[in-house]
Amino acid sequence: MLIGAAGIFGLVMVLVGLAFRRKDTIDGDGQQVRLWIIGFGLVFPALVLGALLLYGLTIGERLSPRAGANVVQVTAEARRWEWRFTYSDAPALETTGVLHIPAGLPVDIAITTADVIHSFWVPRLAGKLDAIPGHTNTLRLEADRPGTFQGVSAEFSGAGYDAFAFRVIAHDKAAWAAFLQGQLE
Amino acid sequence: MKALERHRKLTAIWASEEGFKGWFSTVNHNDLGRMFLFTAFIFFIIGGLLAMLIRVQLATPHSAFAGPEIYNQIFTMHGTVMMFLFAIPTFEGLAIYLLPKMLGSRDLAFPRLTAYGFWCYAFGGSMLIVAMLFGIAPDGGWFMYPPLTSAIHSPGINTDFWLIGITFVEISAIAAAVEITVSVLKYRAPGMSLDKMPIFAWYALITALMILTGFPPLILGSVLLELERAFGLPFFQADLGGDSLLWQHLFWLFGHPEVYIIFLPAAGVISTVLPVMCRTTLLGYGWIVSAAVALAFLSFGLWVHHMFTTGIPHMGLAFFSAASTLVAVPTGLQIFAWIGTMWKGRPEMHLPMLHILGFFFTFVIGGLTGVMVAVVPFDWQAHDTAFITAHLHYVLFGGFVFPIFAGIYYWLPHFTGQKRFFYLGQLAFALVFIGFHVTFLAMHWVGLLGQRRRISSYAPEDGWTAINLISSVGSFILAIGIALILIDVLLHIFTAHRGRRNPWNAPSLEWAMITPAPAYTFASLPHITRRDPLHAEPDLAVRLARGEGYLGTPRNNWRETLCVDIASGKPEMHVIYPTNTRLPIVMSAVTGLFFLSLLLKFYWTVPLALAGVAFLAWRWVWRLGHGHDPEMQPCGHGISLPNAATVERSPGWWGSAFLLTANATFFAALLFGFVFLWTVAPGWPPPEWFAPSVTELGTGVIGALVAPLALGHAIRVNRQGGAPFPSVIIALLGIVALGLACGALMWRAPAPTDHAYGATLLVLGGYGVFHATVAALMGGFLAAQIRQGYTSATRRAAFAIVRLWITYTSLTGLFILLAAHLPGLIP
Repeated sequence: MLIGAAGIFGLVMVLVGLAFRRKDTIDGDGQQVRLWIIGFGLVFPALVLGALLLYGLTIGERLSPRAGANVVQVTAEARRWEWRFTYSDAPALETTGVLHIPAGLPVDIAITTADVIHSFWVPRLAGKLDAIPGHTNTLRLEADRPGTFQGVSAEFSGAGYDAFAFRVIAHDKAAWAAFLQGQLE
Repeated sequence: MKALERHRKLTAIWASEEGFKGWFSTVNHNDLGRMFLFTAFIFFIIGGLLAMLIRVQLATPHSAFAGPEIYNQIFTMHGTVMMFLFAIPTFEGLAIYLLPKMLGSRDLAFPRLTAYGFWCYAFGGSMLIVAMLFGIAPDGGWFMYPPLTSAIHSPGINTDFWLIGITFVEISAIAAAVEITVSVLKYRAPGMSLDKMPIFAWYALITALMILTGFPPLILGSVLLELERAFGLPFFQADLGGDSLLWQHLFWLFGHPEVYIIFLPAAGVISTVLPVMCRTTLLGYGWIVSAAVALAFLSFGLWVHHMFTTGIPHMGLAFFSAASTLVAVPTGLQIFAWIGTMWKGRPEMHLPMLHILGFFFTFVIGGLTGVMVAVVPFDWQAHDTAFITAHLHYVLFGGFVFPIFAGIYYWLPHFTGQKRFFYLGQLAFALVFIGFHVTFLAMHWVGLLGQRRRISSYAPEDGWTAINLISSVGSFILAIGIALILIDVLLHIFTAHRGRRNPWNAPSLEWAMITPAPAYTFASLPHITRRDPLHAEPDLAVRLARGEGYLGTPRNNWRETLCVDIASGKPEMHVIYPTNTRLPIVMSAVTGLFFLSLLLKFYWTVPLALAGVAFLAWRWVWRLGHGHDPEMQPCGHGISLPNAATVERSPGWWGSAFLLTANATFFAALLFGFVFLWTVAPGWPPPEWFAPSVTELGTGVIGALVAPLALGHAIRVNRQGGAPFPSVIIALLGIVALGLACGALMWRAPAPTDHAYGATLLVLGGYGVFHATVAALMGGFLAAQIRQGYTSATRRAAFAIVRLWITYTSLTGLFILLAAHLPGLIP
């Protein structure tokens, strides 16, 4: 996308620059209209944008959550300024500021809020999704390896917004099982 | 009559009062346009200083410059000031100053309304600045998302300043939009058909229509949020049947068209200035007008792209993603039409041209990053990061500030004169250009590295330190450049020589007069046969000064102009403008009292202020009345025209029609909100439904049907020379019945603080009662005019205006009553 954009930008700048070379003024607009307005103005953007749109929608469709077996269900509830996570596989567990997930398995995160609007964002794992009062939004993510990932809330929420962050820890199979049984600290 | 004598006589008629007293009583677009532009640039400086503070704060990690409480006010005010107090008013000021001159008229349609709009803007803007000086400025971000901005989470007065102050300022936007629309459509030189209009007038017309349909949703949102904050009506509280997403829909229904409301006038400046700089004509005039119209329509279909991360289903996102990429087509078309214009002609490197090149470079980048964020998965990452902040600055600075600078340097000879100070302007441009790109390219980068927008500090470990410092250094270069431009302009104002007339050899009418423009604008009005009148007749200015056009003879101390048929430009009526008056400033002060009372919760002065506004509005219109039938007036070139008070479609009728267009958008947004809450919000159904009443519904419906029919009857009777008074009284009774039915709805609505359902019914009923009151006042006014002998079979314009308002009130009243009563009546 960046290369394409740079290419288009370069093209436009070259065209602007070439307008300054010495030349005679052109009379009669007919051919100019066909070239500049229909060619460059209509056909060119329509082709580029059509392709880009299709690409974006395909990716977006692939990233959307879909029902399936083996999807781990967790809940993320935001409030100013902390996240609380609960786990459907272990209803008694609640963690604050740290979300535990298994690596290599798809996870659906049901995002809600107890006060104002927040946004759940772990840049390495997925795009952001808002936590909106009265609504539950579901984000699908999957960590392909065990590890710790930084997350932040990405919707302005007042005075404590700067430091409103959390961590996601992806466990391997054994550690995940231990976590669910409350044996992990 | 000699040209000089004509000049003296016209100046005596049109001049404002001497000295600073004149500022308060002037209604002349020459003064008000300059006052608008001057005030807008004061706010631009304030907004710029706030931007400097933001960059100081972010220049280093763990900054101790300002705490979050202050910093949140700074960035909220930066966005608010730049959007509402700089960008929109700059367009208004430029259009107010230029349009009559470009269209070949002596003033805008409603001179007192221009002044009223200016004072609402000045007072409302000052309220926000005063709040900032006291440290109680809004701090919820410029788009004010509830519930962060609700009474629970923002209990202070800060948010109220935003909601009430901005609504006050929006009055001026709506006033200017009505004014511009009617002026472009009706107040043109004879012969100037729509296809011969200067391109800037097309852009101004389209922008004004967008303001009329784009701003009402924001005004509605502000009213609802203020009602929630002040009286606990839970429109945005999820646990009481409200939904905070409703605010986002209303805000971005305004907010996205707003971007094009800012861009289109700037595009109008480019389309005007660029061909002159290239010694040629604009390529594809018709195509460009169509592209601007297409942009206007498309821009209302993509507000949801600001809400891609709110969990809207992917199919919905696909639609809005498509619309968001589609909008790049008409934008691209304009860009290539301009490049084609440059290829067609011979570009010359004057200062305005430099800024236009700055526009090309910057705006194309902004457009391309815009296409990127229209791609949904990319936006899921980039949303709410510094990347977005950088993108929107490329669009707004590239798409508005550079073109406006080009315009300033282009029209500066019109205001002051011309002189060059050691390439000061060129140096300033270089600093602005370099400073801008250093600042905001760095900001793109740091955004992609994950820096969120609106944070007040970050840690050294984040790795953003160097980039932020570069960005801050760039912003100071930018600031120095802008300061130099201001100094350059000031030097011009105080020292520049009078240059020759029309220094750029431009084709458009605003150069066909002495500069600075005289108070009367044109000594006589031209007849237009081509799109480039000054190229067709280079001596047009002299001939107009000699009085060879229309209305060349000053008479009766009248400020006169002509109105034309919309499409053909055929002269249609003769208009006599009102003269200098303090009524506008007094009326906007009383309007300000209304807003201030709400802000400070002095509720007992609210009805006083409303009564004051009604009283002043009554006087405002009463003064226009004629005691006798005005005769046909000879207007020069052998034509005689009827007075505007004697036609069916008077300027007041057109103004009302467009004001009601804005009003209807407000009402439609309100109905949308009702349906949205009913179907989408959690917490429905409400604990208690409204009990329908056949009696109330019947009374209201009969009233709503009787009122417009009775007034229509009054018009027919009046036209035949009969007595219209009884029918007007019957129409009034119909409106009162409708008002009572809406009042009963307010009275019996289920407890409005318990659930958004009752709250919405209360607001719907209130809307009906308010409009019934306005319509009743207008009906009463008409009755009083009839009694005093101010109407006749000839003087009939007032009837058509009152009918318009009464019909609107009846229609919306029917909707309101049906929406409230019908669901309960259907089994």
